[in-house]
Amino acid sequence: MKGLSRRDFLKLCAGSAAAVSLSELLLPHLLEAAPASGNPPALWIQGASCTGCSVSLLDSEQPAIATILTDVISLKFHPNISGASGYLATKVINDTAAAGGFYLVVEGSVPTGANGMYCTVGETENGQTITFVDRLADLGSKAAAVLAVGTCASFGGIPAATYGGNPTTHGGPTGCMGVLEFFKQKGITTPVINVPGCPPHPDWMVGSLAHVLLYKTLPPMDQYHRPTMFYGRILHDNCQRRQYFDNSQFAKMFSEPYCLLELGCKGPFAACDSYKRQWNGVSSCILANGPCYACTDMNFPDGSSPIYQRYPDVKLPDIDASADAVGVTLGAAVVLGMAAHLVGNAVNGRLGHKEE
Amino acid sequence: MATKVVVDPITRIEGHLSIECDVDGGKVIDARTTGTLFRGWELILQGHDPRDAQDYVQRICSVCPVTHGAAAAFALDDAFGLTGQIPENGRIVRNLILGANLLHSHILHFYHLAALDYVTAPNLPPLVPQYAGDYRLPAAVNAAAVQHYLQALEIRKLAHTMLAVWGGRIPGQRGIVPGGSPANVDTEKIVQSKFLLAQVTDFIDNVYIPDVLAVAGAYKDWAAIGVGCKNLMTYGGFPMDNNGWNGKRFYSNGVYINGQAGALDPTQIGEDVQYSWYKDGIPKGPYQSVITPEPYKAAGYTWLKSPRYDGNVVEVGPLAKLWINNNATLKSILPGEAAFSVIGRHAARAVDCSNVAHAMADWLMQLTPGGPTCVPNEVPQHAEGMGINDAERGALGHWIVIDNWKIQIYNAIVPTTWNASPRDDNGQPGPMEQALVGTPVADVNNPIELVRVVRSFDPCLACAIHLITPDRKVRKFRVY
Ligand code: SF4
Ligand code: SF4
Repeated sequence: MKGLSRRDFLKLCAGSAAAVSLSELLLPHLLEAAPASGNPPALWIQGASCTGCSVSLLDSEQPAIATILTDVISLKFHPNISGASGYLATKVINDTAAAGGFYLVVEGSVPTGANGMYCTVGETENGQTITFVDRLADLGSKAAAVLAVGTCASFGGIPAATYGGNPTTHGGPTGCMGVLEFFKQKGITTPVINVPGCPPHPDWMVGSLAHVLLYKTLPPMDQYHRPTMFYGRILHDNCQRRQYFDNSQFAKMFSEPYCLLELGCKGPFAACDSYKRQWNGVSSCILANGPCYACTDMNFPDGSSPIYQRYPDVKLPDIDASADAVGVTLGAAVVLGMAAHLVGNAVNGRLGHKEE
Repeated sequence: MATKVVVDPITRIEGHLSIECDVDGGKVIDARTTGTLFRGWELILQGHDPRDAQDYVQRICSVCPVTHGAAAAFALDDAFGLTGQIPENGRIVRNLILGANLLHSHILHFYHLAALDYVTAPNLPPLVPQYAGDYRLPAAVNAAAVQHYLQALEIRKLAHTMLAVWGGRIPGQRGIVPGGSPANVDTEKIVQSKFLLAQVTDFIDNVYIPDVLAVAGAYKDWAAIGVGCKNLMTYGGFPMDNNGWNGKRFYSNGVYINGQAGALDPTQIGEDVQYSWYKDGIPKGPYQSVITPEPYKAAGYTWLKSPRYDGNVVEVGPLAKLWINNNATLKSILPGEAAFSVIGRHAARAVDCSNVAHAMADWLMQLTPGGPTCVPNEVPQHAEGMGINDAERGALGHWIVIDNWKIQIYNAIVPTTWNASPRDDNGQPGPMEQALVGTPVADVNNPIELVRVVRSFDPCLACAIHLITPDRKVRKFRVY
């Protein structure tokens, strides 16, 4: 690909700062790379979703979503935008799938319980109910690649949360799971990129899609299939309020400018770059005095609840088993880094070193 | 013989919905609405720290996440005994966040969800294909509407930017908590908001309202189609004081039953389940209602319950809110009872949007920079709380029962459950079902008229069917 090397692309995504819109930076390159044969087709489907990822994408900065739809991809179906309803809509999906070579965007959790009857998405020409799981299996196996947007499609999210205080109820009342787990069960090998967040920042969605369109390959991802250009760093290590944490100054009221740990902040295990990537162009959870609840995490929301209570102390693996649980979340390298912080904090009353 | 017409899926709404209508002699003679997604939200909340609710419930629906977050916060204020203590700044910031999302939601509904029922789309997927039908706008008006579709995408984004100034981000805003708002009030935020609000207000008054009037002019007969039950209910909206649900609000609460206006009494709210796939004989009240699914119940045809007010079918939404508040603008655009219609619902939404935008400009100036926004709170061991407020789509109520510092029962009765409800225990069809009856259908293969009626309600199915259950019957009738 001319113009922008992959290396530069990754840097651009990881480094794009608050004031500059990522999609604005990427658009010229996407236009330049647009194939003569027309924009690549894409389908957007929703399972157990709240439409939050779609609404978040609508809020992408300049160039707006309209430009992406007209100049970058050819979105054949989207449940909230499509002109067509009923079988007319179902036919569009079938025709696009039959032509092949399309990208599939999945929003929402995959409810596998009751043979998929918890979520149905239309009817066939002769009146058979189509379940979301059947549609996902069909389209998923035919797609060139799948973008699982949001924590629901990535890991199950809130619909897959345990309930009734019973930890054995994982999958929620409807047997929900993420796309990748569903694909594994079905033996579907189509590549999946997870773009978690509840909802994800529009840049995370646009950037991940752009990488695939530009380089026809997957971006570098962590073990949870999250592109490291967006999810490679821990919020807490880069937080605007880190100085207060280091100095053990903790907010007791939302309005105080100090570290939000005591009010429930889960930043210490949140893979999120909101410390520099502003939301809606102006703010972020922490900037708005909202303790992070680690909405990009594979264990969200169970791992983040209670949202407004301090996360239990994390110690080194050989001191306390709770660090193992966190290790599952973070991967070893980060855990060591974080555990070192927190042990430092425990020993000295304050933290020693900073990442990056 | 009647033809069964099924539209599944209905797109350009929030969530998963299908309808079945019996059409005879070119008109709908009977209608049933069915929702098709169950997530089990209220079950998931059981056993949680009550304060988790305000963030979890925002994911019931992310087109109207703020109203769910606010209803939860109002219910928690009530349960925690904080209702009288919310600082003025906190009350106002909550209203600004609620208002900003209302502006986004109404603009999104008219242009991006509903407009393609009236406007011929440019040849650009996924806007095409669309149903064949009587798209009547003159070419120049149609072309302008397409431009406004694009402009509206940007304008609703500005409303969200303003929301994020106070709430950090949207969807998933952080600006409403029990006790007030975590946001700090400063002059920069006020000025930034005024600037954004002015642009949105200008669009509403000079583009959105004229476009609704243009559609109303070209589709005059639609001011008599989709009439519905003509009984209305609103919880009102935007607290103007600290007295809870029955204090002074920018929009007052109230009911309108059989042509008579009356005061709202929340204890009259109950839910029927005779035609829903739940076991009969459960308590009807929202503090007690705990359902048992019965998927093969012979009389059932939907997973929605059937909420009723003192036994009456009531429609909720901007039309109900403005009608009960005697809105002069709405009544001058649509005199007599013409507001009870497809056009009436769109017009009410547009007038509501303008009202709220102008009021927000005043609210911004009532903020006190540097003043407190929030009072601290503690979760009680045992408590009950109710939070009722009109969401973008109508009356939204959350009820919480706290036991041993945890959520024991959580119940949300949302606007679309009222509007898309099935028949109740007395056999009365729900508001949307009633509104569909009598609708002309020119071509059963292109039932554009049916989706016009359905979309005029701005249904939000992720909200309505947060608590339906499995094993939905496989339907066996013919689909066109
Ligand atoms: S605990 Fe939260 S607020 Fe405190 S420094 Fe870490 S991420 Fe920032
Ligand atoms: S700061 Fe935390 S809660 Fe906010 S977007 Fe990032 S991971 Fe999610």
